[in-house]
Parts: sequence; C-alpha cells; structure tokens
Amino acid sequence: MRKIKKQKIYLLALLLPFILFVIGFEIGPLLAMIKNSFYADDGIQVTIDQYITIFQSDFYLQAIQNSLVISLFSAVVSVIIAVIAAYSITKFSQKIQNRLLMIANMTSNFEGIPLSFSYIILLGNNGLFTLLFAKLGWEVFADFNLYSWTGLILVYIYFQIPLAVMLIYPSYQGIKKQWKEASSLLGGSSFSFWRRIGIPVLLPSIVGTFSILFANAMGAYATAYALVGSNYNLLSLQIASLVASDVALKPQLGSALGVLLATTMIGAMWFNERMMRRIRRDLR
Amino acid sequence: MKVSLTFHKVIVGLLVIYLLIPLVGTFLFSIAGKWDHTILPESYTMKWYIELFQDERFYDAFRRTLFLIVMSVGLSVVIMLPTIFIITVYFSKWERLLQAVAMLPYGIPPIVGAVGLIKVYSNGPIQIAGTPWILIGAYFITILPFMYQGIRNSLRTLNAVQLVDAAELLGASKFQAFRTVVFPNIISGILVSTLLSVALLFSEFAMANLLVGGRFETIQIYLADKLNSSGHLTSAIVITYYSMVLLLTGIVLKLTLKNEKNDVVSNEKRVLSFFKKQYRHKNTAVEGEK
Repeated sequence: MRKIKKQKIYLLALLLPFILFVIGFEIGPLLAMIKNSFYADDGIQVTIDQYITIFQSDFYLQAIQNSLVISLFSAVVSVIIAVIAAYSITKFSQKIQNRLLMIANMTSNFEGIPLSFSYIILLGNNGLFTLLFAKLGWEVFADFNLYSWTGLILVYIYFQIPLAVMLIYPSYQGIKKQWKEASSLLGGSSFSFWRRIGIPVLLPSIVGTFSILFANAMGAYATAYALVGSNYNLLSLQIASLVASDVALKPQLGSALGVLLATTMIGAMWFNERMMRRIRRDLR
Repeated sequence: MKVSLTFHKVIVGLLVIYLLIPLVGTFLFSIAGKWDHTILPESYTMKWYIELFQDERFYDAFRRTLFLIVMSVGLSVVIMLPTIFIITVYFSKWERLLQAVAMLPYGIPPIVGAVGLIKVYSNGPIQIAGTPWILIGAYFITILPFMYQGIRNSLRTLNAVQLVDAAELLGASKFQAFRTVVFPNIISGILVSTLLSVALLFSEFAMANLLVGGRFETIQIYLADKLNSSGHLTSAIVITYYSMVLLLTGIVLKLTLKNEKNDVVSNEKRVLSFFKKQYRHKNTAVEGEK
C-alpha cells in the first residue's frame, strides 16, 4: 500500500512542469487580466470604472461595433459562398474533390501579414490591378481604397472562405442520395427537396461554421494591423495599442476590452457547440 | 444535367481563381523585373531572391523564429508526453480537467492572451516581458490544443492503458513500459501534431509583436517591417516563407493520409476524414471550455 502511494507521489511530481506552465502562461495571465480590468488607471483602486468608460465612450463603442460588423459581415458572406461552392465541389469526382479541398487547406494557411501584403501589391495605391484598371479606364474601381473599410472586408472574406469551405463540405456528406430519390418519388421538386430537407439538415453546421468564422474575425489582429495599422478603429487594434504601444499605455482599460472580447468569443464558441450537438443528434 | 455540371464547373473555377490570385500575383511579383502596365511581367529576374538570400537580417530573423519554435515545441513534447501518459493511465478521473485546460487556448485569441501575459511579466518577481523567454511560454500554451489532441489520440488508438497493464504484469517497470512499449508506437502520431505546431508558430505574429516586438525580430516581425519597403523583395520573402509553411503542411497531410491508410478506412473517405478531424478539433475546443 505504502509503495503504491509513494509511486503516485513520483508520478504527480512529473506533472509539475505542466502545472507550472499552465498556471504561469494560461490561467495566471487570464485571471490577471480579469482582475486588472477591475482597477482604476492608477492600478490601486478597485472599481468598475473601466467598463463604464468603455460603455460611455463613443470611440470604444465604435471599435466594438466595427469589429462586430466586420465579423458578422465577413462571416455571412463567406458562409453563403462556402455553402454554394462546397455543394459544387461535391459534384466532381472524388479525386478532383480531394484536390479542391487541398487548395482550400493550402490557401487557409495564407493569412495575416503575408496576405495583407499580397493584397497591397495587387490592390494597393500602386497595386497591379489598381494600375491595370486605371489604364483600362474602369471607373468603377477608381474610388476603391484598400486601406479602408471595404479593403478590410475584402481581405477578411478572403481568409474566411477556405476555412468555411473546409468546415461546410463534410456536412454535405450527411445528405444521402436516397433522400433525394425518396423526395422525388413522392413528387417533390429539387427546390422543395432543398427547402424542406437539404437546408434544414445543413442548418446546424451552417450556423456552427458561422460562429467559428465570427470568432475567427473578432480575434484577427495581424491582418488588420498590416493593412490599416492604427488608422482604423477595431477592437483588437485598440487592445493592442492600449497594452503595448509607445504612447498612452492604459493596461487596465485594455484588460477590460480584452475581457469583453474574450466573452464574445466564448459566447460564439458556446453557440457553435450547441449547434454541433444538434447536428450530431440529427445525423446519428 | 449537362448544363448543371457546367454551372458547378464555373462556380468551382471562380473559387479556385479567387483563392489563387493573391498567391500567383505575389509569386509573379517576386520574379518580375519590370512590371507596370501589363497583365504579365515584362521581364523576369531572380535578383530579388538573390538579394533576399544575401540579407543578414533575414537569416537572423529566420534563426530566431527557429529558436523559438524548437524551444517551445521541444518543451511541449517533453512535458506533454509524460503528463498525458500519466493522466490517461493512472489518474483517469482528471482527464476531463486536463482536456478543459488543454483546449482552453482555442477560445482565447492571442491578442487577449497577450494582455494578461504583459500584466504578469512586466513587473513583479519574473520580469521577462520583452525577452524571447516569455514567447516560449506563450507559444507552449498556443500549441497546447494541438499537442494534446495528437498525443491523446495516439494513446487512445494504441490502447495504452491495457498495454501498460500487460507490460507491468510481465514484470516491466512503469518507465520501461512507457519507453519500450508505448513510446515507439506513438512517435508518428506525435510527429503530425509537432509539425502542425511548427507551421502554426511559423505564422504567429500577434504574440510576437505585442510581447517582444522589434527587440527579438522573428520572421513575421521582419516581414511586417519590410511591408513598406521594396515590394519585390517583400514578395520574395512572402513566397519563401509560404513555401516553407506549405512544405510543412504538405508533410502533415501525407503523414495523416499514411496513418489512416493503415486503418480500415475506405479510399474515398481518407482526405475527407482529415478535414473532419480538423473540424472535430474545433468542436472539442468548445467542450473544453465548460
């Protein structure tokens, strides 16, 4: 008996490095951030002023709003494109399908700084397409400015689409050919099949994918940083400049914004998990 | 019927073109000599790559990134392997807790993680903010979900618990059982998650920029800094960097396919299940948060 106990203590000792790292770099910092968000700027007085400041400041409310809007918009657009594209992908032979998914996987790695750079040389002020369109005299593109809201949305959609395709594609495998046959035998048209059977079956995974994309865009930092720097008012950029810039450090306010961002993300993920539960029950 | 297949071809064709244009454009730009007003470059040259490979700063940045990756991924393997093994085999009641802790970083964006890390390490007993050491710790946590999933799945498919029991019955010590029975059988599974982690850390910018910035210039920081200088040179960096990431993910994909070929999985489902697995990663991320 005593021998077993001793062994257990040794085994527990082996777990120590892991515990230390998790406390030091995961749980500890998270708690520190939450705690820090309840302090005044001097870091001594305990208060909820930081949150009040945020909700009374047009500037920070705008940052939150901008982040929400760009995340919602890019997620909606990407999901719609992915639902259509993934369906088209399923129409090809297995070999081509695998190739196409490979391309999606490959381009999903093209994000952050390199992606923004790529857009800058294509569509920036002296970008290849910008010059080309100007030469061709396409007036429509004359007003286009990459370093703005439109440009930001364009780049966000780009990095969301491959992810959305990869997430939506598997759920098409859940739609059995027999269902279609049964539906048409009972006199249903292709449209009524999708309206009554196809879309409802896909819905949980569409909503789930949507929330993953939403969270993905909310937390995105590198892409926006490279494209608009601090010229555009986004939540992630504001947090960064509050905790790690050269001017106007306000770590407590940054912490409060961080808590809000994390809450939104966890909310989105929780929503996703609910939806996944549904799809699992539906398909099994 | 034929019309509708054309329709799908158009859709998929547009998607592929849309996804590949930035990549192809950057690649062409990196080998272009003169390219102002034409659809394709007027002349081609390798001089940007030659210039890049003579740039000391590029090598230094690359070395630093490599250092961070080797340290944090190495540390992760060395620490996570015994941890997960011990918990699965001897303390299975803590498995859920371990899962929650290991999957939590999925829900926390790097920008949020950085806020707390700066707070903890910029004053107080351990002041490592602004040094590479804080990044190693932060990266350890960033790759935690990948390493956890990879190692745990390998142990599961191996039936590690029964194997260790059998080995102990036959007189092996715990360490012997681990070293000679379990470890050789899970190496390939761990390799996949290791490479995934390497690719992930290669493209990590947020933490590096916020926690350390220019004081320890990684490849991403270098890239961000070069963003406003010569476009051709930066294209060459982007393409070089991206080829490395592709190479890594390519190996991961190959290894995953090979592993699954050994299992009884029908031919057509193989690639699919790889993606499904990624999907499941994301789901368990959420389960872990409760």
